[in-house]
Amino acid sequence: MKPTSRAFKENVRRALGDPNLQQAMTNLRAGFVERRAIAVSRLPEWEELRDQAIAIKQHTLAHLDFYLETFERNVTANGGQVHWCRDAAAANAAALKICQALGARTVTKGKSMVGEEIGINDYLEANGVIPVETDLGEYILQIRHEPPSHIIAPAIHLVKEQVAESFRATHGDLDPARQLIDARQMCDEARAVLRPKFLAADVGITGANFLVAETGSSIIVTNEGNGDLTQTLPRAHIVLASLEKLVPTLEDSATILRLLARSATGQEFSTYTTISTGPRRKDDLDGPGEYHVILIDNGRSAILGTEFGDMLRCIRCAACLNHCPVYEAIGGHAYGWVYPGPMGAVLTPTLIGIEAAGNLPNASTFCGRCESVCPMKIPLPRMMRHWREREFEKHLPPPAYRAGLALWAFAARHPALYRLVVDVAARLLGTLGATRGRFRALPLAGGWTRTRDFPAPQGRSFQNLWAARRKDGVR
Amino acid sequence: MSDQRAQILGSIRRALKRGPLDDAAAAELEAKLKSPRRNLVPARATQFNHRGQVELFVKMAEAVQTSVARVASAKDVPGAVADYLARLNLPQRIVAAPDPQLDGIPWAERPLLAVTRGVAGDSDPAGITACFAAIAETGTLMLLSGPESPTRNNFLPDTHIVVLRQGQVTAAYEDGFARLRAARANRDGEGGFAMPRNVNFITGPSRTADIEQRIELGAHGPRRLHIVLIEDGPD
Repeated sequence: MKPTSRAFKENVRRALGDPNLQQAMTNLRAGFVERRAIAVSRLPEWEELRDQAIAIKQHTLAHLDFYLETFERNVTANGGQVHWCRDAAAANAAALKICQALGARTVTKGKSMVGEEIGINDYLEANGVIPVETDLGEYILQIRHEPPSHIIAPAIHLVKEQVAESFRATHGDLDPARQLIDARQMCDEARAVLRPKFLAADVGITGANFLVAETGSSIIVTNEGNGDLTQTLPRAHIVLASLEKLVPTLEDSATILRLLARSATGQEFSTYTTISTGPRRKDDLDGPGEYHVILIDNGRSAILGTEFGDMLRCIRCAACLNHCPVYEAIGGHAYGWVYPGPMGAVLTPTLIGIEAAGNLPNASTFCGRCESVCPMKIPLPRMMRHWREREFEKHLPPPAYRAGLALWAFAARHPALYRLVVDVAARLLGTLGATRGRFRALPLAGGWTRTRDFPAPQGRSFQNLWAARRKDGVR
Repeated sequence: MSDQRAQILGSIRRALKRGPLDDAAAAELEAKLKSPRRNLVPARATQFNHRGQVELFVKMAEAVQTSVARVASAKDVPGAVADYLARLNLPQRIVAAPDPQLDGIPWAERPLLAVTRGVAGDSDPAGITACFAAIAETGTLMLLSGPESPTRNNFLPDTHIVVLRQGQVTAAYEDGFARLRAARANRDGEGGFAMPRNVNFITGPSRTADIEQRIELGAHGPRRLHIVLIEDGPD
């Protein structure tokens, strides 16, 4: 997927003016935020589980080489194969090779964000293998030729009328007079259309929520059951997984699983949590004949041990997206690449470069909700600040912005001057705006007042008040 | 490919500012993997005795749209299944997994219920399976794949009926894993065990919220999940 993160501001303008998107995004709060809060309140051990989950991931990352080698040994012992891939090109090539060796014509796919990251669908299709997305949201997007806008609810930016329109356009062999007005009818239609594709597929590709070193297993968590049909029915199961999905033991996965569904959808547990280990056994009555894990680095090892290393704890639950006021206002596509929201604002620059993605870490009010709901307590705002610093060091922001910052920095280093300027400005603006209490327009503040009023200062500056309180002995 | 392996491991070790783990450190981690410890297990289910855990299981399962019928013994299963199908106006036709756990069920007592044994196909409207364990904490069933329990039987039919013996109910996922390790232990004395191809944790019928966040049941997997709970045997 070609990033459009450079055009972030243009993307945002379009998103804010898109009535369908704005209507669809109103579902975010009831769908995710409220359900998560209820689920968390029902588990008194929540905070302790978070701390343990963080410790598990930190331990794993500190011994990642050991656990990866152990994982590989156990995959092999169970009859599977691990393919180590440094980048997207290697991963795509590995997947294609497996498909071609089986003479595969169609591939069913469960939802995989790393699959989006490496662009596997386009690659397979260009090489004569037809990928069929089977997660309902991903399927809708595939027929609309759109990327996902959310990491667990990929089609959240759409209203049902848009889905109905796409179904009518794509499912041309169905009765044009059929009713297609509610989600139930659309689910049933997708189920009926996709069932034969599950049965016909030669290869099934899924992602992984976890890789378990101890057993050489991959774990996926789904609600629809598409991931299970995808991996059970075809002749081979390919797992796409980035390095940091690893945990040492099944017990460790249980701890993090308790956080995942509650953080993601507010469910106590997702409908299907499936542990897959190797291909079908000798006497098994079904299951894939081959099991391949495509282990993808694609920039992960480069951030290990850096100030962005904590990002490798991310379990892709999307709580940070669901609670982000910026994401809620603009949806996921405006971010311009695979990962949107706060986690995307941190991860995207590490994967496609700060030059292309510099706008993203700036698209935050630093309200801190992302960090507070992150089950793995990833310091997202702090990391966005790191990116802003790097961006500044690389002289990427425009000259006027840099000049403004330099001016502010000079004042900040000269407290007397700073106090004087703020004091004068506060009094001046306070007097000028006394009648209305706000300004519709202000010189040098057009970016602010174009979309909202600027409140007039009331009374003295904070520093002034603080000094007065100190003098009065109030602390 | 092995080239990329070396590159990735090298890059990880550079980031961690060390070479490969020395033998002692590696042996310590190996030992931990061989006797996995539980992390914190919530008190929600462990606070109860077994009877209480069975009640919690039923409550949690029903909260996610699983239906539960309680029967006194295996001989009541055919009646419970036939009644369930009749109540929902579903065809009296079911494919039963070749699982020996289902062997003792006297299907012949309900001659109008057509039962076949084997692997489920796309046209089977309903399937019945046994299970390996059930997790009270979240009303979750734990099923293993194997020569007697094909995975597709859990996913292809519109209606999935599961026969659960109350002794199979346990508190937490960790208890399920402990049972798995014990049931499939290698005789190597090193704590090793044989994982099946699939361990399926199933919590309610298939669902999706991908269209406007409205939850609809029966996305790709079963539209209905029904448990016949046999309340005999060890409590």
